[in-house]
Amino acid sequence: MNCCNDKSVSSLYDGSKLCRNHFIEYFETKVFKTIRQFELIGREENLGIALSGGKDSLTALHILCRFSKQNPKIKINAIAIDEGIAGYRDKTLKKAKEFCGNNNIKLHIFSYKEEFGLTLDEMLKILNVKPCSICGIFRRYLLNKKSRELKFTKLATGHNLDDECQSILMNQLRNNVEASARLGPKAGIFNNERFVQRIKPLYLCTEKEATTYAFLNGLLDTFSECPNARQSFRAQVRDMLNDMEKKFPGTKYSIVNSFLKILPLLKEKYKNGILKICAKCNEPSANDICNACVYLERLNYRELETNRH
Amino acid sequence: MTKINVNVFIDREDKNTTLELGRNSLVTDLLKKLDINPITVIVSRKNELILEDEKLNDNDEIRILSVISGG
Repeated sequence: MNCCNDKSVSSLYDGSKLCRNHFIEYFETKVFKTIRQFELIGREENLGIALSGGKDSLTALHILCRFSKQNPKIKINAIAIDEGIAGYRDKTLKKAKEFCGNNNIKLHIFSYKEEFGLTLDEMLKILNVKPCSICGIFRRYLLNKKSRELKFTKLATGHNLDDECQSILMNQLRNNVEASARLGPKAGIFNNERFVQRIKPLYLCTEKEATTYAFLNGLLDTFSECPNARQSFRAQVRDMLNDMEKKFPGTKYSIVNSFLKILPLLKEKYKNGILKICAKCNEPSANDICNACVYLERLNYRELETNRH
Repeated sequence: MTKINVNVFIDREDKNTTLELGRNSLVTDLLKKLDINPITVIVSRKNELILEDEKLNDNDEIRILSVISGG
């Protein structure tokens, strides 16, 4: 069913069709409702938005800027991580800088090269590991550390319904239920002053909806894909979910809605998980030494070995 | 005229192609021919979004934009 006589730009999974204006209203209402329903943002915040320059993070930043205009005590900052992926991150960071410049948003950029001494490309030449695993560990490490140093009260990310669905399923397939306890619209389990709460305002928006919103608001740039992403486990789970969604519309909503029903039980079950402090870097960690330091040690060892021969 | 030609740009592959389709073909027919799951793309013509049930015309310039996150 069409929303009005104007030309439709989006059809939802239930078959209803929306014109440009009604789609934008639908999308923004859904995001603002998500923020209220899950109490993602308080009355006064110094928010950081993790910005990659891709459509999802730009959409999150765009919509949170609108939210901030309605709520002047919500301050908005952007933070970006330059992993050092040749031909990819440089392009998306250009878009991030352009958007922040045009919208008067302070953008903080930190790079693997400056913080760890090596780009991701250089790390992958030294270690034989899956790119997305090691990249994710270092990115989350830097985002948390720098957000805390910049005194962000929360860190918003552009994660959408598709991302969440994939993570839920990946954790099931890997028998890692404890990791799912750290999912949800408010990520993380622990209340710890060294851990900056992560929030996902696009939690209930599909990837297609986020792309449509980005297109209609001029946020969609030329397509750019991380050269490491196509080989990832996530990419295979994503394709499987999209096949299911095509055959059975609403599958992704069902997965996330049923997950939200059991999430409080998971959080309760794993609430006593002890958050340690890494003995080397003092950052929050599940183990005595955090994963970032473990990898850095391996990188330094291999690099020394290589230089010796 | 029983056939139409449609010029297509697929952003994820950075590829331009021209396809011959039946006269009353819809966007959904184009996606089927290209073996693209409609869940994974949005489609535009003259910088306006069009839906799967939209009829295609001869010499249309169509852009197929991936909704997949890049990284």
